[in-house]
Amino acid sequence: MQIFPKPLNFLPLVAALGVAAGGGVVTFVFVYYFSPSNLQVGYAPEQPVPYSHRLHAGQLGMDCRYCHANVERSGEAMVPPTQTCMGCHSQVRTESARLAPVRESWETGMPVEWVRVHNIPDHAYFDHSVHLAAGVGCVSCHGRVDRMEVVTVQEPLSMGWCLDCHRNPDDHIRPISRITDMAWTSEDATEAERRQMAGLLARAVPPENCSGCHR
Amino acid sequence: MAHYKPILDETPLVSEGTSFKEITEIVSRVTEQKAPRLWWILFVLSVSGTGILGGTIGYLLWTGIGVWGNNSPVAWAWDITNFVWWIGIGHAGTLISAVLYLFRQYWRTAINRFSEAMTIFAVICALLFPTIHTGRPWFIYYPLPIPNQMNMWPNFKSPLLWDVFAVSTYFTVSLLFWYVGLVPDFATLRDRAKNKIRKWIYGFVALGWRGSNRHWSNYERAYLILAALSTPLVLSVHSVVSFDFATSVEPGWHTTIFPPYFVAGAVFSGFAMVMTLLLIARTVYGMHDLVRIRHLELMNKIMLTTGTLVGYAYGMEFLIAWYSGNPYEKYVFINRATGDYWWAYWSMISCNVISPQLFWFKKIRRSIPAMFVISIVINIGMWFERFVIIVTSLHNDYLPSAWGNFTPTLFDITTFLGSLGLFFTAFLLFLRWMPMIAIAEVKMVIPQADPHHHPEGDDHGHDHDDEDEEDGHADLEPALAEE
Repeated sequence: MQIFPKPLNFLPLVAALGVAAGGGVVTFVFVYYFSPSNLQVGYAPEQPVPYSHRLHAGQLGMDCRYCHANVERSGEAMVPPTQTCMGCHSQVRTESARLAPVRESWETGMPVEWVRVHNIPDHAYFDHSVHLAAGVGCVSCHGRVDRMEVVTVQEPLSMGWCLDCHRNPDDHIRPISRITDMAWTSEDATEAERRQMAGLLARAVPPENCSGCHR
Repeated sequence: MAHYKPILDETPLVSEGTSFKEITEIVSRVTEQKAPRLWWILFVLSVSGTGILGGTIGYLLWTGIGVWGNNSPVAWAWDITNFVWWIGIGHAGTLISAVLYLFRQYWRTAINRFSEAMTIFAVICALLFPTIHTGRPWFIYYPLPIPNQMNMWPNFKSPLLWDVFAVSTYFTVSLLFWYVGLVPDFATLRDRAKNKIRKWIYGFVALGWRGSNRHWSNYERAYLILAALSTPLVLSVHSVVSFDFATSVEPGWHTTIFPPYFVAGAVFSGFAMVMTLLLIARTVYGMHDLVRIRHLELMNKIMLTTGTLVGYAYGMEFLIAWYSGNPYEKYVFINRATGDYWWAYWSMISCNVISPQLFWFKKIRRSIPAMFVISIVINIGMWFERFVIIVTSLHNDYLPSAWGNFTPTLFDITTFLGSLGLFFTAFLLFLRWMPMIAIAEVKMVIPQADPHHHPEGDDHGHDHDDEDEEDGHADLEPALAEE
């Protein structure tokens, strides 16, 4: 006596293939689409003031540290206060409509509410000064900011991405004098700079243990 | 399974005269008739317990594991106690199904289905505890080797990771073992089914079993392979659980005796739990012809053996604590017996070491009320054992400035009671819908299964009208008297 039709004999095979394929698809979707390289890279929030890094850092050639002044001394690179902007803009383009929020902030004393672009989780501790002192340049993590009209995340900023460099820092070390130089590459290095880089690399001890970053 | 031949005048494993048909009938009708009132009472109680568990876990995940009493220095407390307790209970399943099978202990046929089911549900309850102990169970994939953006990989040097693999392997193999054994019995239920839905469901899980010669030979082979695979697991699982403690540097944990000591304790508690459940089911469902006093007595002998082994381990721990000359080790053991948790220690000793010694007396070994009480006492004692090991080692270890005591909160209690609810819910559903005794295997051990069997006179035995009475068949009395 048959309860089930004969083709049901294929059910175990079909079910096994289905589970394998379904599991594969789910894993792929998570690994690929839910990864920081998909979710973080390309993030370019609109800022209250359409500040152009391409103009200031690129065309005008201002050093990063003119505005992000504490980056060599503190964990935070620091968003410049309105006073830094007004240092120039009290003289230059004083009537620009696009600068209205900056002038308003200058008059009221309330800071401009810049939107954070590079955001790592609270449980990850990151210190700018340590990285700069070790010879890691701005461009390694932030990309060619001097070419960005709007600052956009270039790197995944994931734990795996951090560890890639902590395990193989060689390609990301540069002479201290070239820290903020976005265009500089290791091919441009002089003999003296090469020696300095070798010294920095020899001293580098990027932590790979948990408490290096999760304190 | 090869044919069973009783040695000399050994009493048969099934009441004399019980026919093939009667065995099918006794086991199958439980799933076919309405559930008895007692089943419903127990089921409502168990489901309420499961509800309490669900509520507690929900609150715990919302608030954090601070709702439990665990805190520095006692970071492991009831949760890990319950984990080890449940895993230990889950141990009897493989021992009975695999080890006793390989050793041709035919009396296992009456209890193996039962204990395998118990194993599955106990391991589920056990896995619950480390999962919620993490506080963030959605990260439970961390111990699995899945490629991820964090470049994080399991730490294969950690005994906690070995635990993950040991327990999940154990669970998988136990489940397979259980299911393979169930296939012929599901087919029996399918063939007896009167309505379409039953036919469909049992037919589906019976995987098209027709009972052909080829089916049986494949079945036997699969069963043997699974038995061989799971035999090492009997030793490995609880050894690995003991490594969670033994590989640490806590006084009272860092000892080489832990793996065998834990395995003995696990078999001990597993058999006690099987006994508790078996006695209830045997009485409620009238399984006296299939589960006889002889089975129970043999189980009691195993409990006596393992209980004595556990008692030896307790003594040996003290000896080594003294012999090692390590002041911390020595202190921890004196503190166990005389410190703040002396009551837990002495509960453990009286439940685990003293109570099974009563099984030296044949009268007690064969008395249903006595073995029921002792089996429950052993379960309590084994819970205390894990509590004593975990809490007394942690609460006063090295620096007196870091000493502290543990007090359970309401949520510790509800999680534990809730896990019992979950276990019994699953177990009662099993009793209700699955053949609780391996029909096909029991049939292999009755005298009629012997090709040379010559029925002497009437091989169709007594009727089953008054099953509920404890061993109350008039025609059974002579058989029992001979035992």
